[in-house]
Amino acid sequence: MTAALDIVDLCKHFGSQLVVDHLSFRVEAGEIFGLLGPNGAGKSTTINMIAGGCRIGSGAIRVFGQPVLRSARRSRAARCQLGVIHQELIADPFFTIHQALQLQPGFYGTRLDPHWYAHIIERLALTPYLHKPVNHLSGGTKRRFMLAKALIHKPALLILDEPSAGVDLELRHSLWQFIRDVNRSGTTVLLTTHYLEEAEQMCQRVAILKQGRLVALDATERLKQQIQQRQLHVSLSRPLLAIPPALMPWQPQLSSGGRALQLRLPAETSVCLLLTQLQQLGLDISDFDTSGPTLEDVFLHLTRDAASAKTTGAPHVQ
Amino acid sequence: MFNSRRCFTTLLLKEIRRFTRVYSQTLLTPVMIAVLYLFVFGATLGQRISVVDGFSYVQFVTPGLILMGIINNAFSNTSSSLFMSRHLGSIADLLVLPLSACQIVAAYCLAAMLRGMLVGTAVGLIARIFTPLPWSHPFLAALMALLASFLFALLGLIAGLFANSFDGLSMYINFVLLPLIFLGGVFYPVSILPPLWQKLSLCNPLLYLLDGFRHALLGFGELELALSFGLSLAGALVLFGVAVYLIEHSPRFRP
Repeated sequence: MTAALDIVDLCKHFGSQLVVDHLSFRVEAGEIFGLLGPNGAGKSTTINMIAGGCRIGSGAIRVFGQPVLRSARRSRAARCQLGVIHQELIADPFFTIHQALQLQPGFYGTRLDPHWYAHIIERLALTPYLHKPVNHLSGGTKRRFMLAKALIHKPALLILDEPSAGVDLELRHSLWQFIRDVNRSGTTVLLTTHYLEEAEQMCQRVAILKQGRLVALDATERLKQQIQQRQLHVSLSRPLLAIPPALMPWQPQLSSGGRALQLRLPAETSVCLLLTQLQQLGLDISDFDTSGPTLEDVFLHLTRDAASAKTTGAPHVQ
Repeated sequence: MFNSRRCFTTLLLKEIRRFTRVYSQTLLTPVMIAVLYLFVFGATLGQRISVVDGFSYVQFVTPGLILMGIINNAFSNTSSSLFMSRHLGSIADLLVLPLSACQIVAAYCLAAMLRGMLVGTAVGLIARIFTPLPWSHPFLAALMALLASFLFALLGLIAGLFANSFDGLSMYINFVLLPLIFLGGVFYPVSILPPLWQKLSLCNPLLYLLDGFRHALLGFGELELALSFGLSLAGALVLFGVAVYLIEHSPRFRP
């Protein structure tokens, strides 16, 4: 089956700086794929090379089998299949939401589908703002408008660069739900995000970049299984004033005025033995709970260790 | 079904809507300025000035004022549109579109030409209040006006691509465009200049456009009409090639 996106040995220099370093990965048709990494990891540059925002340095990109080339004219077939939301809030002051959305499909050589237009407007709650100039909208409304604009021509691959940056929690969750629905209707989604919770909830697979290089690529759940570490959350009846030095190996974190203690447990550590040790230290335990690793743990683990991965040249890729 | 022509016409429509939405700034203001020039030279000073036998001064200066409106607005439209989209970041929306460099240049230029021609037509119609014009070769006049708007739309596009700030953009307007206009024979015939200045004036591309346009309107010109037309056409074609090359290859447009 043709991949929605196939990137092979992609490189990009800005001046003498290598910002994307021999990057290769595939996004299968129908999945939601996350591209994660700290600032300056090369996520946006990669997305820009796919979408046409900047030229490919070297390597190859194919969108549903169609090549993205340095020549814009010869990349048309690939670009027609893309819908893109840029990281920055872009507002063309000359148009209202309605005018901009009416024009947008024409840029991709198609006609506006009125039913699809009505559906998008309704789902993204843009009806009250239709006749407002785009530059008069709030940040959250601009973000929803940008999503509507990226989808109005029914792209096969939706590229979202930080889609929920700067939006409040409620709107973020409604955007996630909408993107999931769009994905269920057949659109492949590639997203970059700084919200690891977003990637964890949305993405079937994630790739993690560090300094332009791929340091991990796997199903989200499998990546989390890599981290052989749990967390122990302990509630205390009496507040703890200072952390006993004996707990330092478990990276303790004290909160709720000394009534909540969090410890990181390596796989081989027995919870029972640790609880006994806590009681021996005089801690008055009222309740406890354990949780598995989050994508954030994986991310921190991998990006912190990326320097060593770079020297060994062995990213975790499946 | 993908339709390449629709991509192009949509960009053209967007560029036209961009300037018609702020018509008081993009259409009415330049017409007003030209009308003030016409009033000064037509109803007041012009009656005391005579530079060419057989024509009043306002007749002589009117083709220049029409052409000045055309080229100023064609230049401003492309330069401000491209520069503003680079400045505001909305160029990112343009870069992802399935449009060729040739289509982008053509869409920007056609919208700018339309703005220039609308201003030029309005100035031409209002000028009839002040003086009758012979309109010796109306088809040729339209052709020269289109060529002038095309050439300066291309120059504006290139300026919009190279300008790094509003200051930089105004430098192109104040230190390139305005001297070309004022030293290109809008207000005086080049033949009244000293020989050295006459020779220098021949380096001004606007001189050929203006002389050809004046020739077409009044039946009077200082240069060979074929030379004016040929050089202007050649200049426009070369600039079109340069603009397409820059849009396709320049890192200023696509890093």
